Amino acid sequence: MGEVILTMKGIDKSFPGVHALDHVDLEVRKGEVMALMGENGAGKSTLMKVLTGIYTKDSGTITYEGREVTFTSPREAQDAGIVIVHQELNMVNHLTVAQNIFIGREPMAGGLIDDGKMISESKKLFDLLGISIDPKENMGRLTVGMQQMCEIAKAISHDAKVIIFDEPSAALTEAEIEQLFKIIRDLRSKGLGIVYISHRMDEIKQITDRVTVMRDGGYVGTLITKDSTKEDIIKMMVGRTIYEDPKTASAVPKGAPVVLKVENLNAGRMVQNVSFELHKGEILGFSGLMGAGRTETARAIFGADPKQSGDIYINGQKVEIKNPQDAVRCGIGYLSEDRKRYGLVVQKTVAENSTMACLEEYMSGPFINKKKEQEISQKYVEELKTKTPGVDQFVVNLSGGNQQKVVIAKWLIKNCDILIFDEPTRGIDVGAKSEIYHLMSELAKEGKSIIMISSEMTEILRMSDRILVMCEGKKTGEINIEEATQENIMHAATLRK
Amino acid sequence: MSNEKKNGNAFTNNPIVRAVGAQRIVVLIALIVLFAFFCIKSPAFRSYPTLLSILGYSYYITLMAIGVTFCLITAGVDLSIGTGTVAYSLIGGYCVVTLGMPIGVGMLVTILLGLIFGTLNGTMVAVFDLPPFIATLCTMMIVRGVGSIVSGGMSVTWPSVGTPQGWFRSIFRIQIGETMYPIGFLWIILLIVIMTIVLNKTKLGRYIIAIGSNKEATRLSGVKVVKYHMAAYIISGFFTGLAGIAYAATFQAIAAAGGAGLELDAIAGAIIGGTSMTGGSGSIVGTLIGVFIMSMLKTGLPYIGLQANWQQIITGVILIIAVGVDVIKNKKLA
Repeated sequence: MGEVILTMKGIDKSFPGVHALDHVDLEVRKGEVMALMGENGAGKSTLMKVLTGIYTKDSGTITYEGREVTFTSPREAQDAGIVIVHQELNMVNHLTVAQNIFIGREPMAGGLIDDGKMISESKKLFDLLGISIDPKENMGRLTVGMQQMCEIAKAISHDAKVIIFDEPSAALTEAEIEQLFKIIRDLRSKGLGIVYISHRMDEIKQITDRVTVMRDGGYVGTLITKDSTKEDIIKMMVGRTIYEDPKTASAVPKGAPVVLKVENLNAGRMVQNVSFELHKGEILGFSGLMGAGRTETARAIFGADPKQSGDIYINGQKVEIKNPQDAVRCGIGYLSEDRKRYGLVVQKTVAENSTMACLEEYMSGPFINKKKEQEISQKYVEELKTKTPGVDQFVVNLSGGNQQKVVIAKWLIKNCDILIFDEPTRGIDVGAKSEIYHLMSELAKEGKSIIMISSEMTEILRMSDRILVMCEGKKTGEINIEEATQENIMHAATLRK
Repeated sequence: MSNEKKNGNAFTNNPIVRAVGAQRIVVLIALIVLFAFFCIKSPAFRSYPTLLSILGYSYYITLMAIGVTFCLITAGVDLSIGTGTVAYSLIGGYCVVTLGMPIGVGMLVTILLGLIFGTLNGTMVAVFDLPPFIATLCTMMIVRGVGSIVSGGMSVTWPSVGTPQGWFRSIFRIQIGETMYPIGFLWIILLIVIMTIVLNKTKLGRYIIAIGSNKEATRLSGVKVVKYHMAAYIISGFFTGLAGIAYAATFQAIAAAGGAGLELDAIAGAIIGGTSMTGGSGSIVGTLIGVFIMSMLKTGLPYIGLQANWQQIITGVILIIAVGVDVIKNKKLA
């Protein structure tokens, strides 16, 4: 073990309404790969943003190479030798590889950019990494894996001493991951300190020396990788106390008919051979980590995105769903995680949004029957207890929870029997949350069938009758609520198949 | 109602203002003030012939503007309406004058051409996802070329008043005794009423507004967005055809390859009238008021001793104010 190069101690950071980091500690040593793990929203990215000066910390200290430092911009952190290789690549596709690597600090010669030097310097970097990429190639023509290598080349060109990899392998093929690991080992042997953020348990075992685990914005602990098992790490990741009562038994009557059956659904890389059944009156929870392919699965079923193959059966009948219109005709309603973008026309009224999916039923001849439209909207405002001064109110003026109710009303007015809730309580405050939960349970009791995609473990355990777990586009587990625990869900969510 | 956000002030919360729209009221007041100003400043302006000429020159722009309002509401634009108006009426006139077809057929051809190129625009934008600016810019050039080629680069003169086929000019103005009656204005009012109903009371209008406001959310509600998106461009094409007829009735001769720039007047009229460039809202009545403001400036300024070119400057300033109001309003909503 090398000497300590970077210490973060007692880092605290709050945003309005959220305590994002609660006295977190992190220590990085030279010649060591440190894994940083935690569920979605555990605070990993926030911590790294504090480190690299994107956010300013509220309290705590950062000691780097023996001195206390505070970076106020990513540029300052870079100049000091701390760089991030982002998950989403920050490359300009229309520029060449060399131009990308030296963007913002182009070598100059006589007032003009010295292209020759830029190219030869890039070559040197690639030689150092042992990869062959033409620096004159357009960035947009490289594969994602190669672009990632360029990011790394850019990082070490800053004379980096600490490199943070934020889920670098998410978009890479097996061969590319091998190459990435070779480079990381190489950098480690050169004495760099490396922070490696990933959800992939097998990679953690393979490449890292120690693991620091975070949960709900707090520091949980640090383990030596080779002395610990996957189960140890999972336990630390999920070991919270569940305050809300989790469901103990399924509320679905035995022998409830299957209303939706999906067989071998394929849609791109994020949906591979997904099969499942949904029963009448059931709430089926879709659990998984970020990028597991849950939203993509829902969108493919709903016809919002094209699918390559797979069969969908509604009440035993095979159906063709090519676009959202087909899905709506089959009685499927989709409530997006991003209501403002995909669910509502926010600058229109509650009434207009409520009848969006079935306007044809509220017509008198060629004209919209505004009276009938208002009546039905009013009925659902009362039924769902939507807080709005009236159905003529613009949706943009409602709170998140009430906007969600308007989307629910839209699908109920259309008489949809299958509702897909994608992160139903995202951006909704605590009080309104339990109201939405109550509403979903009521709907299920009335015989509606619900798919609930959720990244919140508490929500999954509280609402679901059955839980389907996905990881990287594949179904990795199906757990009845009676057997479900945080541990076995997380185990499946980190299982690569 | 603890969750309701309070915004706006006494003026914007007034029920009448809310129903008509704050911007439209401001623009309407501007129109009245402008009219009063010209009337007071110049006795010659307060004459019947002046009013006639304000109306006469506003017909074709108004028709183009009504159509393009629908495209603007979908967050698109139709640049082909200017050269389209001239080219369609050129070809229609060619059919009548050179090919000897009846005048009714000539008018039908003019409208049909509008529908055809409107459908082409709609297909490019709604089906193939081309940016509306580019798609209709191409159509703008294509129709100008087609018009000139058909007429052989010559100008075309639709039959004039007094000739047997000249009756079509009385669609817009009719002379009884010594007095000229601008009955074209009645047609405009009728079309304004119809299109206001289409926009606000029918599925077509509702979905066109929804597409402009949030196309993806509309699609995910199971609406056939391609169909309705396309319809906006067909409406625009149809009204361009009507504008072509109005153009033929207003002017003696129609020059080949003309009309470029007219589309900008029509678009400016719609925007001044409160239609949002970013889509999702608009009003046909507002468009009419917007076009009238420009028409009034064009006609009125020479009466108070200013060159007509001042109209360009003043229209530009009014446009900045109108769009500024829209931008500030949207910022408040966000």
